[in-house]
Amino acid sequence: MGVGRLSSHQTQGAVSTLVEQYKDLPGAMLPLLHAIQAELGYVPDSAVPVIAKGLNLSRAEVHGVISFYHDFKTHPVGKHSVQICRAEACQSMGSRQLEAHAKALLGVDYHETTADGNITLEPVYCLGNCACSPSIRIDDDIHARVSPERFEQLISQLGVSK
Amino acid sequence: MTFYIPQDTTALALGADAVAAALQAAGNEPVRNGSRGLFWLEPLLEVETDQGRIGFGPVGAEDIPSILDALSDDASAHPLYQGEIAAIPYLASQQRLTYARSGEGDPLCLDNYRRLDGFTGLKNALALSGQQIVDQVKESGLRGRGGAAFPAGIKWQTVHDCDAAQKYIVCNADEGDSGTFADRLVMESDPYQLIEGMTIAGLAVGATQGYIYLRSEYPKAHQLLNAAIEKATVANFLGDNIQGSGKRFDLEVRLGAGAYICGEETSLLESLEGKRGMVRAKPPLPAIEGLFGKPTVVNNVLTLAAISTILAQGAAAYQNFGMGRSRGTLAIQLAGNIKRGGLIELAFGVTLRQVVEDYGQGTFSDRPIRAIQVGGPLGAFLPESQWDTPMDYEAFAAIKAMIGHGGVVVFDDTADMAAQARFAMEFCVAESCGKCTPCRIGSVRGVEVIDRIVDGENRDDNLILLHELCDTMEMGSLCAMGGMTPFPVRSALTHFGQDFGTSSQDLSGSGDH
Repeated sequence: MGVGRLSSHQTQGAVSTLVEQYKDLPGAMLPLLHAIQAELGYVPDSAVPVIAKGLNLSRAEVHGVISFYHDFKTHPVGKHSVQICRAEACQSMGSRQLEAHAKALLGVDYHETTADGNITLEPVYCLGNCACSPSIRIDDDIHARVSPERFEQLISQLGVSK
Repeated sequence: MTFYIPQDTTALALGADAVAAALQAAGNEPVRNGSRGLFWLEPLLEVETDQGRIGFGPVGAEDIPSILDALSDDASAHPLYQGEIAAIPYLASQQRLTYARSGEGDPLCLDNYRRLDGFTGLKNALALSGQQIVDQVKESGLRGRGGAAFPAGIKWQTVHDCDAAQKYIVCNADEGDSGTFADRLVMESDPYQLIEGMTIAGLAVGATQGYIYLRSEYPKAHQLLNAAIEKATVANFLGDNIQGSGKRFDLEVRLGAGAYICGEETSLLESLEGKRGMVRAKPPLPAIEGLFGKPTVVNNVLTLAAISTILAQGAAAYQNFGMGRSRGTLAIQLAGNIKRGGLIELAFGVTLRQVVEDYGQGTFSDRPIRAIQVGGPLGAFLPESQWDTPMDYEAFAAIKAMIGHGGVVVFDDTADMAAQARFAMEFCVAESCGKCTPCRIGSVRGVEVIDRIVDGENRDDNLILLHELCDTMEMGSLCAMGGMTPFPVRSALTHFGQDFGTSSQDLSGSGDH
């Protein structure tokens, strides 16, 4: 995800192109927001008026949608997304200890990014891998039976993040 | 010899790609099949041999050389040898209808799907009128598998009877309950079955457009569904003039964005329309005013998948399974702290104890089971005295529990049930859509009150307050989010009261629950 930092001019251009591409789709908002986030890594505030104009909505409505869903980020995020499942099946297999370990190892809390910009840590409520808990997701890969040691191994494969 | 190594999320999460790479390196290109849902054996390597289809599991890449050696000598001597796949007791004892094909072959191979009776239901449906299809669904006794268990045929009849130029079929694939993966397994291991079921639904009610609302937490299912829709369209099982019938049905996957509440059908519709996932008041029913205000069938993945079976094998065959008003099979998902977790498809009526003891073989940690949560984060925690309850919608409702989507999450004796009750409220804080005050604010207060009880602060008064708060949430919320969050909380208080720093005798509270 994301393509590094773009100038505000480039960002606006990318958003406008996507708005044009999606605006006639029935229920375009979520597909459009996903597309913007896939392109830019997040949905910048400056995209809100462009989306509002394209979909014929108020800026408040667009902001309301972006802020409702956990997936949509309004600020730049790390190069990698690391999600730890907090749901019950994973809790029964020690995910509370895993999340404490992850926060300590990375030196961040949930929704924060490591100082080197490499990893954003997020909670997630179920990855559908509940027979082999605890589970985490790194970008688009799910990992099962993640012990604290396994977590460290997986993180070390993402480059430096301490 | 043909080798099979699954490509479903769980197998991948346990290293299936490395196993496949090791097979390739040894000159054996494996078929990437779906999973059979025997997750405790994943990655499960299957080999088609002269002696039938045999299995090895759980397999790591490092096991491949020794398995290949054993195959050229005596396969059964290998420590990971599981024998003939179909004879593995965990699988052999199941009554697989929806999952009959799961794991047999490449989930995207249309020939494989057809060879295993796929599209028979669609073929039969194309020869029937819409009303005749609806009648079949009614006769089957199928009830919605998402959690609410509403009779599918009645919902379909309502949509069928609406006079509208545009109607929709919406598949609820926002499988958010912890401990559930049945929808995912269908979508990743047998996606054409869902496509077939939705197409039949379209024919039945006169809808030409379908949407699968898929949760964003399922990237693999997303990829496979899109590929399956593309292939089905090219092969004319979707699109215009399906198989020369003159009927049309188009299908599209729409991705959610990480909101649990969007599994609630009206919230899902709002989300599909591009809005905040706020729950709608009913009436109007979605069947009459659903997506974009048009008549809409909203069904869970498993409900729509079962349609293919019902139309292929007949309503009577399906109706023969089950007990009471719960007909057909239930996809039980055994999860959490369990030795043998996985997908167990059985007729309704098996007891919870049979599931966790016979199939599950106890906890993964080898400690005693303490509590079982059935039906996701809004389901009650059941103590041992309730494990002999048969898995049937009405029997569970009678003990203030629910089957829901069939998730079974096992906790061992180290579980802190006060912490779990607190989590239930905390989850509601995070996931409430915010429309109803008892849910939005009540859950926040619930976390605080539980903290005070555990800290021993005015315990008696706070226990009464917690029960009253639960009453308010149950009675004053539009949907199950606020209305059922009290279920896990109250069951934890009632059955595991000692975890709240007091004995259960002290915990009867104000209400008689």
